[in-house]
Amino acid sequence: MTTLTQISNDTTPSGGDRPKPEWRKYFGFSHDHKVIGIQYLVTSFFFYLIGGGLAAAVRTELATPASDFVSPELYNSLFTLHGTVMIFLWIVPSTAGFINYLVPLMIGARDMAFPRLNAVAFWMLPPSGLLLMSSFFVGPASAGWTSYPPLSTMGPVAGELIWILSVLLLGTSSILGAINFIVTIWKMRVPQMGWNDMPLFCWASLATGILALVSTPVLAGALILLSFDLVVGTSFFNPTGGGDPIVYQHMFWFYSHPAVYIMILPVFGMISDIIPVHSRKAIFGYRAIAYSSIAICFLGLIVWAHHMFTSGTPPWLRMFFMFATMVIAVPTGIKVFSWVATMWGGKIQLNSAMLFAMGFVSMFVIGGISGVMLAAVPFDIHVHDTYFVVAHFHYVLFGGSVFGLYSGMYHWFPKITGRMLNEKLGKIHFALNFIGFNLTFLPMHKLGLDGMNRRIAEYDPKYATINMICSIGTLLLAVSTVPFLINAVRSWFWGDRAPANPWNGLTLEWTVSSPPPVENFAVDPIPACHPYAYGKRPASMVTSPPPTPIST
Amino acid sequence: MTTTTSTHLTTETITEHHHPHPDHRILGLYMFLIAEGMIFVGLFVAYFTFRAVAPGMQGELPKLELMLPGINTIILVSSSFVMNRGQLAIKKNDTKGLQFWFGLTALMGATFLAGQLYEYFHLEFGLKSSLFASTFYVLTGFHGLHVCFGLILTLAVLWRSRSADHYNEHSHFGVEAAEIYWHFVDVIWIVLFILLYLF
Repeated sequence: MTTLTQISNDTTPSGGDRPKPEWRKYFGFSHDHKVIGIQYLVTSFFFYLIGGGLAAAVRTELATPASDFVSPELYNSLFTLHGTVMIFLWIVPSTAGFINYLVPLMIGARDMAFPRLNAVAFWMLPPSGLLLMSSFFVGPASAGWTSYPPLSTMGPVAGELIWILSVLLLGTSSILGAINFIVTIWKMRVPQMGWNDMPLFCWASLATGILALVSTPVLAGALILLSFDLVVGTSFFNPTGGGDPIVYQHMFWFYSHPAVYIMILPVFGMISDIIPVHSRKAIFGYRAIAYSSIAICFLGLIVWAHHMFTSGTPPWLRMFFMFATMVIAVPTGIKVFSWVATMWGGKIQLNSAMLFAMGFVSMFVIGGISGVMLAAVPFDIHVHDTYFVVAHFHYVLFGGSVFGLYSGMYHWFPKITGRMLNEKLGKIHFALNFIGFNLTFLPMHKLGLDGMNRRIAEYDPKYATINMICSIGTLLLAVSTVPFLINAVRSWFWGDRAPANPWNGLTLEWTVSSPPPVENFAVDPIPACHPYAYGKRPASMVTSPPPTPIST
Repeated sequence: MTTTTSTHLTTETITEHHHPHPDHRILGLYMFLIAEGMIFVGLFVAYFTFRAVAPGMQGELPKLELMLPGINTIILVSSSFVMNRGQLAIKKNDTKGLQFWFGLTALMGATFLAGQLYEYFHLEFGLKSSLFASTFYVLTGFHGLHVCFGLILTLAVLWRSRSADHYNEHSHFGVEAAEIYWHFVDVIWIVLFILLYLF
């Protein structure tokens, strides 16, 4: 099967870019979803390193109570750009990279529905990232990634305008990507694959696409109005001119709360696909996990004002958003219980992918629980704008999304590059990352409960010890990236050749060679069994090797 | 006859070496319009909220003259029906009909934009006069940009239709896309008109 696809691959004309050297296509306007997926993943990881550098600068400043490392103004810019880069240039595009690479393979398609649009969406990313970085030359935005007016309209105009343009461009890229994801998953599945035969990653990607499509435009609307306030001097959000800053907050959070789910749902999907493979066990509650993604998608759209409990939101509105927020814990909890139940009694392979997946589940639960705490209005008012909130969302976005993304990288690296990653370096990476992460963010819960405000360069000396611990943790986190980078680069060039199906997975991407040929499938694949039918596969299965358990 | 053979040949080559890519462009366009619509929904809701709570928009709002925008509305709404005749024409392989109706649509669209500009220059308030004025200009201006884009699409269809058989009864995605977009712009205007002028 594999040889057949490769042979047909060699005779397949793939546009005009065949004679070019292999590496050059990664710097060009390729229409191949796999090339675009890799472009997304590599570019976003590059920005992850930049965002990490900014975080390191922030934590260096906070290592001591006095503002001695950078000026307070620069500190404001550092955390503003750290947030913006990590959200818009790392997590969102890297999930888009995985969706691009994996979804067509998983559903048996040869490419995305709109390959050219796909390339356009990717190529908006590097310019907007560079644009954002260029604002360091003119004095970057310093109003936080939320960019609340009137603060954002009072600072340096050029930096803030660059921030707005960059985010608008990234939002457009995200919308165009979402159109592609939805239509691809909806229309491009092989005919034999019904909705309930899709890998769970596809369900999660669909939910992500819907969220991005519906919510991102509202942020664009808010930013258009904000740029008028900033440049022309209108007063949409300026109370002294008759405007209302709260309207901005509503529009902003109408996108930015769903953005949390845009960043976590694809990772949920990846984890749902990784855990059964390395546990050698069918997923527990396929439909529950699939439909809970859709439930989170719709609930995620009606909870945004829980970010605004201290913005003079009327009590009846607070009650609604408090309950709606707590309800989200139900579909999320369904997923967590299903993952744990999948692992329960399975033959768990403790490799790097599974370690990161288990790290994801445990860390995300902590972030989820502090999320339910924050949903309660009285508690939220107490810790609003403190390091408790910082701890919460880093447990969700780092302990959750980033751990999940790493897990996905270890799991699909052999498929993407055709090479195996070094397991020993992977485990060192996991250990350093896990310890560094908890050292950095666990103490922040305490800082927040003690009343340390976020986004301020100086603080009361009584918080000094814990802050020092956090900063040491950050150092460890920075170091933890080194074994990963060495591993990825070394394995990509000189690693062991990966077989088509190194983990004995059952989803369609494992039925083609590693890396898959151009256009993926020589003939339309027919899924021989349900993607999670570990241990209950029919004898008619011929397209991939039998699922022999790896462990003994 | 030669044309049929060559088409036949290309299709065969495609199925042999390069699989034909399924065409979902109309669905993709609808998805895009959902996103576009959400920008307008966001701006409309912002307008409602300003009306409800913003200090700058309480009490008497500036009276807007209804005659010109009313005529403009009639022109834009009827242009949607005119455009539809063009699409029906190409479905009967009638390129001349397509060109006539799309040309008329473009003319009506341009008239709408001219009318809007005339209104802008004769209003007694400017962009920064008040919160209502700012909202009025940004909303109508943003919609006007969309009319411009729809106009460009219509003109592009006209330009392409000059080469024989570019559009025919089987293949006329461009015609359909331009029409769907124009209807979208039209519907947005109706909502906008009710909100800003009548409500």
